Amino acid sequence: MEITIIAETNDNGIHPITAQMVAAATSLGASPTILCPGGVGSEEAASIDGVGAVVGVEGDCFSSFDGGAWASALNSAVSGGSVFTAANPNGREVASRIAASRGVPVIQDVTGVSSGLTVTRPIYSGKAMEEVTVSGDCVLSIRPNAFAASGSGGSASVSTVNHSSDVAVTVIEAIAKASERLDVSEADIVISGGRGMGNIDNWTQLEAVADQIGAAVGASRAVVDEWGLSHSIQVGQTGKVVTPTLYIAVGISGAIQHLAGMRSSKYIVAINKDADAPIFGVADYGIVANWEDALPALKDAFSSL
Amino acid sequence: MDIAVLIKYVPDSTAKISISGGRVDESSVSKWSISPFDEYALEAALAMKESAGANVTAITCGPARSEKALRDAAAVGADALVHVSVDDLTALDSTKIQSLLSAAIQKVGASVIFCGKQAADTNAGSTGPGVAEIIGAACVTGVTEISSDGDGFSAIRASSGGAERVSVGSPCVLAFDKTASELRRPNVKGIMMAKKKAIDAFDAGSLGVEAGGSTAQVISQNPPAEKAPGQMFDGAGSVPDVVQKLRNEAKVL
Repeated sequence: MEITIIAETNDNGIHPITAQMVAAATSLGASPTILCPGGVGSEEAASIDGVGAVVGVEGDCFSSFDGGAWASALNSAVSGGSVFTAANPNGREVASRIAASRGVPVIQDVTGVSSGLTVTRPIYSGKAMEEVTVSGDCVLSIRPNAFAASGSGGSASVSTVNHSSDVAVTVIEAIAKASERLDVSEADIVISGGRGMGNIDNWTQLEAVADQIGAAVGASRAVVDEWGLSHSIQVGQTGKVVTPTLYIAVGISGAIQHLAGMRSSKYIVAINKDADAPIFGVADYGIVANWEDALPALKDAFSSL
Repeated sequence: MDIAVLIKYVPDSTAKISISGGRVDESSVSKWSISPFDEYALEAALAMKESAGANVTAITCGPARSEKALRDAAAVGADALVHVSVDDLTALDSTKIQSLLSAAIQKVGASVIFCGKQAADTNAGSTGPGVAEIIGAACVTGVTEISSDGDGFSAIRASSGGAERVSVGSPCVLAFDKTASELRRPNVKGIMMAKKKAIDAFDAGSLGVEAGGSTAQVISQNPPAEKAPGQMFDGAGSVPDVVQKLRNEAKVL
């Protein structure tokens, strides 16, 4: 199977999802080609095990994000077969564009692949899973942390091509400085608070514990709406769907929309004073306690690790 | 300005999703609604109509029940309604659905398209950019704020650095995230008028789209894997035990 992977890059080079996409591709018997938008991270991409070749795609359009321009420029460097991108907002947009341009189906947020080709993906924010068979080429966006990453020891060839495309979406200004905190959809550990924490004045205590263990801070929809927190930290069906290694829910009862956003986390700790709260139904470790008592205890326990 | 708003009628986010015979059991869904992000797109279009003047056409693709989404959109102010009739959306892959919607947009003659960043059922987010590709339009996804800017729009979208303001000309597709706008609610007059509003109905044949031959086929829909019951602890005194288990048992700390 011929597969081209669009590398996910950031300021530091290659994002870990790239090696996870390689693992998904090699599990199908492919020796994938990686395209690095803007030529970023080519050498690092070449060291991922199982990669056939790396092509840095250079062009003026890669200096800011316009999905249409990126898809057009990258698509010019795809020789054929299927294409994988990361299932984050930009990756999904590029995936949709490339698929529509090639007239092949796109399947987003894939969590499993098997030869044939059969792919698995969550629907209804994880309230159900769907299996789809594809005949012919397709474009898949791959969910972060769904595949164990390929190792690094490879030495694929690296080449460079120039492809740019007209930019139709112009960035005028950055209007909000990035939060100093980690993004909930990127972090390994997420600690979220809900209405059970009483009021916004208590939020800093949650943040303090998060800082202690390098966790991102998340929130239920109720407190985002009522306490005026940023929608960017809302976890749930109309917020972000998160898949961290560890999710700690504090004072969150577990409305069905919230569960949809975090139930795929690897380990879930729930702290709630109501022993019947639905959040305990998805928790690996449930603690029936007030947040006032539990947060300081967490802080002490983490600091003695 | 002609704005087409793409809306999808989906199980309400509060609805329980049950599976029967390897498929989501649609007949057991207690409540259907316009997909939440599409509601923000519709609200933005109606606000644009008030501030800059626009003719707003709501377009939906789906089975007969989807007409209710159009009536709901009319009740809050959509000027025209288009129903692209498809009995089973899961039988069509992304290329087919986007082709149908693109054809309907071209029938309406809109060069500005608003939609949600993703639908609440598939959570995919393919439609906005896919339609943009087919009709040759620019696309901005994750829009949280919009204003008319003469010939085009100034929009705020999420970015890896937080948020950024972008400028885009027409033709364009704007795929909305949740915005700060309060969603308008229909009044009695709006609901009465919506009942009488004409719906332009199309299907694949009348749109000239070949609807067969999807190369991606849904073979089954299943409940998520059952999770083994977790360990329960009583009182904040158990916190140190749990943290030790996270380290030694789960090995995540």
